Amino acid sequence: MSQPFRTEKGGRIDRGQQLSFTFDGEQMQGHKGDTLASALLANGVHLVGRSFKYHRPRGIVTAGSEEPNALVGIYRNGDQTPNLRATQVELYQGLQSISQNRFPSLGFDVGAVNDWLSPFFPAGFYYKTFMWPKSFWDKVYEPVIRAAAGLGKPPKNPDHDHYGNIYALCDVLVAGSGPSGLAAALAAAETGAKVILCDEQAEFGGSLLSEASASIDGKDPADWAAETIAKLRAMDNVTLLNRTTAFGYFAHNFIALAERVTEHVSNPDPKLPRERLWQVRAKEVVIATGAIERPMVFPENDRPGIMLADAGRTYLNRYGVKVGNKVLVATACDTAWQAAFDLADHGVEVVAIADMRENPPESLISIAKARGIRVESGCVVTGTLGRKRVKAALLGRLMTSGQVASAGQIACDALLMSGGWTPTVSLYSQSRGKVVWDAEKGAYVPGKSVQNERSVGAAKGLYGLQASLENGYAAGEEAAKAAIGKSAKVTYAQATGGEAGNGGTLGAIPHDRNATKVRAWVDYQNDVTAKDVKLAVREGMQSIEHIKRYTTTGMATDQGRLSNMNALQIASGALERPVVDVGLTTFRLPYTPTTFGLFAGISRGDFFDPVRKTPSHDWVVEQGGVFEDVGQWKRTWYFPKGGEDMHAAVARECKVVRESVGLFDASTLGKIEVVGPDAAEFLERMYTNPWKKLAPGRCRYGLLLNDAGFITDDGVIGRLAEDRFHVTTTTGGAPSVFSTMEDYLQTEWPDLDVWITSTTEQYAVAAVQGPKAREVIAPFIERIDLSADAFPHMSVKEGTFCGVPCRLFRISFTGELGFEINVPRRHGKMMWETLAKEIEKHNGTTYGTESMHVLRAEKGYIIVGQDTDGTVTPQDAGMTWAIGKKKFDFVGKRGLERSDLTADNRPQFVGLLTKDPKVKLEEGAQITTAQNPAIGTPAEGHVTSSYYSPALDRTIALAMVKNGHALEGKTLYVPMPDGSIPVEVTGTVFYDKEGARINV
Amino acid sequence: MLLIYCPYCQVERAETEFHCGGEAHIARPADPSKASDEEWVEFLYMRNNPKGLAAERWRHNNGCGRFFNAVRDTVSDKFLKFYKAGEPMPDLEAIAKEAGK
Amino acid sequence: MKRYSFLELAKNAFSAHQNWGRQWRAPEPKAEYDVVIVGAGGHGLATAYYLAKEHGIRNVAVLEKGWLGGGNTGRNTTIVRSNYLWEESAGLYNHAIGLWQGLSQELNYNVMYSARGVMMLAHTVHDVQVAQRHIHANRLAGVQNEWLTPEQAKEYCPPLNIEKNIRYPVMGAALQRVGGTARHDAVAWGYARGADSLGVDIIQNCAVTGIRRGQNGAVEGVETAKGFIKAKKVGVVAAGHTSVVMDMAGVRLPLESFPLQALVSEPVKPAFPCVVMSNTIHAYISQSDKGELVIGAGTDQFVSYSQAGGIHITNHTIDAICELFPHFRRMRMLRNWGGIVDTTPDRSPILSKTPVQGLYVNCGWGTGGFKATPGSGHVFAHTIAKDEPHPINAPFTIDRFRTGRLIDEAAAAAVAH
Repeated sequence: MSQPFRTEKGGRIDRGQQLSFTFDGEQMQGHKGDTLASALLANGVHLVGRSFKYHRPRGIVTAGSEEPNALVGIYRNGDQTPNLRATQVELYQGLQSISQNRFPSLGFDVGAVNDWLSPFFPAGFYYKTFMWPKSFWDKVYEPVIRAAAGLGKPPKNPDHDHYGNIYALCDVLVAGSGPSGLAAALAAAETGAKVILCDEQAEFGGSLLSEASASIDGKDPADWAAETIAKLRAMDNVTLLNRTTAFGYFAHNFIALAERVTEHVSNPDPKLPRERLWQVRAKEVVIATGAIERPMVFPENDRPGIMLADAGRTYLNRYGVKVGNKVLVATACDTAWQAAFDLADHGVEVVAIADMRENPPESLISIAKARGIRVESGCVVTGTLGRKRVKAALLGRLMTSGQVASAGQIACDALLMSGGWTPTVSLYSQSRGKVVWDAEKGAYVPGKSVQNERSVGAAKGLYGLQASLENGYAAGEEAAKAAIGKSAKVTYAQATGGEAGNGGTLGAIPHDRNATKVRAWVDYQNDVTAKDVKLAVREGMQSIEHIKRYTTTGMATDQGRLSNMNALQIASGALERPVVDVGLTTFRLPYTPTTFGLFAGISRGDFFDPVRKTPSHDWVVEQGGVFEDVGQWKRTWYFPKGGEDMHAAVARECKVVRESVGLFDASTLGKIEVVGPDAAEFLERMYTNPWKKLAPGRCRYGLLLNDAGFITDDGVIGRLAEDRFHVTTTTGGAPSVFSTMEDYLQTEWPDLDVWITSTTEQYAVAAVQGPKAREVIAPFIERIDLSADAFPHMSVKEGTFCGVPCRLFRISFTGELGFEINVPRRHGKMMWETLAKEIEKHNGTTYGTESMHVLRAEKGYIIVGQDTDGTVTPQDAGMTWAIGKKKFDFVGKRGLERSDLTADNRPQFVGLLTKDPKVKLEEGAQITTAQNPAIGTPAEGHVTSSYYSPALDRTIALAMVKNGHALEGKTLYVPMPDGSIPVEVTGTVFYDKEGARINV
Repeated sequence: MLLIYCPYCQVERAETEFHCGGEAHIARPADPSKASDEEWVEFLYMRNNPKGLAAERWRHNNGCGRFFNAVRDTVSDKFLKFYKAGEPMPDLEAIAKEAGK
Repeated sequence: MKRYSFLELAKNAFSAHQNWGRQWRAPEPKAEYDVVIVGAGGHGLATAYYLAKEHGIRNVAVLEKGWLGGGNTGRNTTIVRSNYLWEESAGLYNHAIGLWQGLSQELNYNVMYSARGVMMLAHTVHDVQVAQRHIHANRLAGVQNEWLTPEQAKEYCPPLNIEKNIRYPVMGAALQRVGGTARHDAVAWGYARGADSLGVDIIQNCAVTGIRRGQNGAVEGVETAKGFIKAKKVGVVAAGHTSVVMDMAGVRLPLESFPLQALVSEPVKPAFPCVVMSNTIHAYISQSDKGELVIGAGTDQFVSYSQAGGIHITNHTIDAICELFPHFRRMRMLRNWGGIVDTTPDRSPILSKTPVQGLYVNCGWGTGGFKATPGSGHVFAHTIAKDEPHPINAPFTIDRFRTGRLIDEAAAAAVAH
């Protein structure tokens, strides 16, 4: 029979819609509205997984996101997701699921040998062994341990899905839609406040959806929930987010929500994201995350078929599934009794209710009796039988002495347990609030609010339907009042039934078995037993954090939601200290495991980081140019022609530039407009060079230091007018130079009357370099006399290029006659294409950054960030000439006077020529005085730049070498793995030493 | 992500609009040439790094571009005061007292 | 101290593990110690261990305000490597690597030092230049480090995406094969057990509230939550809280403490064989022996002692991880946490005497202190015992900030031109 454990009626599933799915390849049926867990249970499947360490057979324990055992892999369209909780996976037609951490099959898992060897694997055993022989750790032990550990299989293919992101603001965010959450949302929404209500489940209503014995305003609680949701849905000021987990509570009331958008659909719309990240800034937050039932820590409490009482009730009432045919209920509190009653009412045989309390409420006993249920009080489960499914339980009688006497064995195929309830304080704790111990409730509950939040209902340890509703309404009103200052009259709904229960237990359940032999699980997934916790204490672990880390309790994928309080109580007993003195481990985000893709959102490929393109970009793409990444920019690296490799292309480009003309896109250079009466004074203070006497229309190379005295940037600065400078910076340095300038201007020298504006994006810049540069640009430039006399090297003038305004610089980073034309960015493409066409007439070439580097290296010009590295002073770089000697102050001046910066033996910027002109040094190679230095010999310096120089037809290099300036003509060595390379120290200018070519 | 009030724009905006400029009220010596090595290292590198209230600089990078100062509790990350650059350093103890700490 | 071994484990299995002794005692403080170490993290415990083991100074207390190993030792991404550029740094971290290699045996505690290799990716021409410079410098210094092409990198780390069409394609990588990971808690516990067995008192839940100095200015002892404890010498190893502790002695330091986040995924079967770091796009990842992907995120931009950071920092890190390893996009974050990292202006630590006689400080490790733990403790113990630095830590003074003799690893990486 299909779905033998399905009830005949009831539940919120759609019995009209049958869905097929597979589990480990076996085809089964379920209904719309099922979770994978409820559908498996309907088919009588309890064994769904294997534990982490001992590979014990495990079944479904919960009906919620705290599930530790029922973790499955889901396959879909070639994508695979490991470790999903079957209790959260909504059933859809064709769902494919597999069990995990077993080989070769779930039923027969060879890893289960660990279970037999478990006496050798107590908590922390790996710290005590696997140390001999030494080399075996990485090679033998670790690979074996790693293969055994882990749960599901990692995804094999890149994810096909995409993810969304929304930023939202709201007045009141309500997390959780049980009775108190719904009431809070309604009360807040009635004031007109902007409300977001989220719930991790598919359907709103929380515990109301499985509450069969109470009513609200005379209605079935689930119906009341549906009506309330409908009411909220009709309000414009309310956003309802189901399948949405509030997983992180950050500073300043910033909450992160994970919305699962398509995971539950059989054929998702490809346009929709799989999940969506909501980043919400809420004025007020209502935490209505409920409470979680605690397992009872009795021996062999981990067999399939053993689950939480409330889960059993949820499967019955919400999903129409009977968890077994013969059910034993073991409890320490009232609420589990209702599960027994509901099951009995559905014709399930409840073999007994074993309540460990001496005197459970008479009212409950009489209801049980009326249903013919055997009641055992003062009775505990002391063990269970059955391997892949529980088949019987051992009972024990609690004696007044504290001892336990055997009370026989009872057959069952399911065991529902309840050790009481633990409020879900994760979000409160993440908000940095400190939980306080409530001895009466035996629970940690939220303490003082440190952010604008309030916990309500079971999340703060307040139970009972009516109390939760009232608390929720009041909290919603308060939250709205605090957020928008308004109140509204809300009629409170009245509940009958659903009273708060009493009772509960923490820690290990007493038993009459051999304590050294039996195991009672505290943390199911990580296989931590009560004995492990006691062992940790015995070994000196006193803090709960040590116990957690040593035993790994609470570190599984449920993050200790089921285990923490029991572990704490056991530790407290072993330490003979009250629970509150043992401490509590910190609640970390995320509340439940959250997909990486959700965080990454659309940040992939080109959206990973903005791509900045210059005006020539498309043209270069068409020409087959090769780009390099420089910061966020794409810069043309070189322009291969006719199958050239980089070396050939660069050799050609360099040669053409020196012989005729080259065109280079310099748009990426940073540009800053410095304007105002004190503009010169400002630059005087920022840069090492003097600026006051620079005439308008002239340029100067500027060197920028930090106040420590080290070079941080450089660039040519042109004076356009008395009060206006056009500053250029390096490509990578543009943002930091600008913000450094703003910093000094605003905070150190607010007296200066200067405005600075970043204009990097405002101008497109074309560099035309080479003997024919003037001829190339002349046809397009108007209003500027380009003759050498009127417009000498290091000049700047404003004019037009093809009729559009331009700033023309006569500057050179190649050592050739050179111009840089700045036009408004929107004309950049026109300028580039015009010039590219024009240079062809002169047999010119476009060139990229690699040739630019070679050409400047031939001239010994530094590249900040390559030849300097943040530890280099102007003196080191051989640029004392750039320091204004008479200046009162500039950034870095005082720093330069520090003893180490004026010390002898500092690295200095030099040229290097290999003895063999064909040998090219590697950039970054070290330099020594000894030909064959011993390991550990301090280096004398390193090669900063190294190229083949087409102009010299040999290799050249630049380097930083200790006392290098004094070593000119000397031989040093560059030790390489295959031998030392002798080099001669030279000056840094290799080509046109007198600089004649630039002044034509 | 912090929520920061810019005293120039007079709006609260997300932290990603701002850049933190470190400890506030560290004046660069007016005549650096007269500063001793100790004074210079104090200016360059020495920081209070307090656990508790700190006066720090922020710049509204993706807004008005102005630097301003703030008092923040470095344990809770709560801001207790925002004020414009150039205004004197507030009495942190008084602020702490007012905040009931 | 009872030695751990497989035999011992088996023996105890037959007595149901009832007879294991404490790994360390829980003593009350004595009135006086020769040396008091402030901070029972890995570095502090290692310092105490080597003081006792190598210098015969056993009248030592390690004071810890919380639980031992509970600061950055228990919050980091456990990466161990030594391929630093400057001779000073490479010397210090390589000293640590030497100790890591025999640490489990030395401490008789399996710290799971796993030399699975640390691969540092280059994404730009500039990155390649910087990586090559490191490799050349390391070769001369005797520090293992080698260059891999993208294809070789992929072979070493199969999940790595080396497609050319991604935003920042991998241009190669520097691989240090002796680099890897270690089990962070075990390092603290192993040193604690070792130090304890040599007579060191480890006193937890004992915050230091003051540092008492005598007439001559020298250290006399520390005020604590458990009363005054006299000490001839005090070594402060308080990581993120160093400024706070040193302020008690009136010593100012060039430190700022930032929140640093890390996170792990849910555990999965072996998926990632080594450690991969990308400084350019800020991604640091390995897989723990438990199966969790361990991922390091960046620091927030402001000083904070909150041990919590912003989600935008996490987002950015996961962006980078998913870009390099697109398979992991469907993996899920299990746990995210923060530490407090004390950072110096040159991003190198301070391991030094201080202007106060008898007061020593070990701090400023920034985001990378775990890897140095054994080496740091070893040379710091020497510094305290001899009242002068070991040659390895001699350059790591406070005074370097005055003279300008910085050890600036970050500056050496510079920014792209």
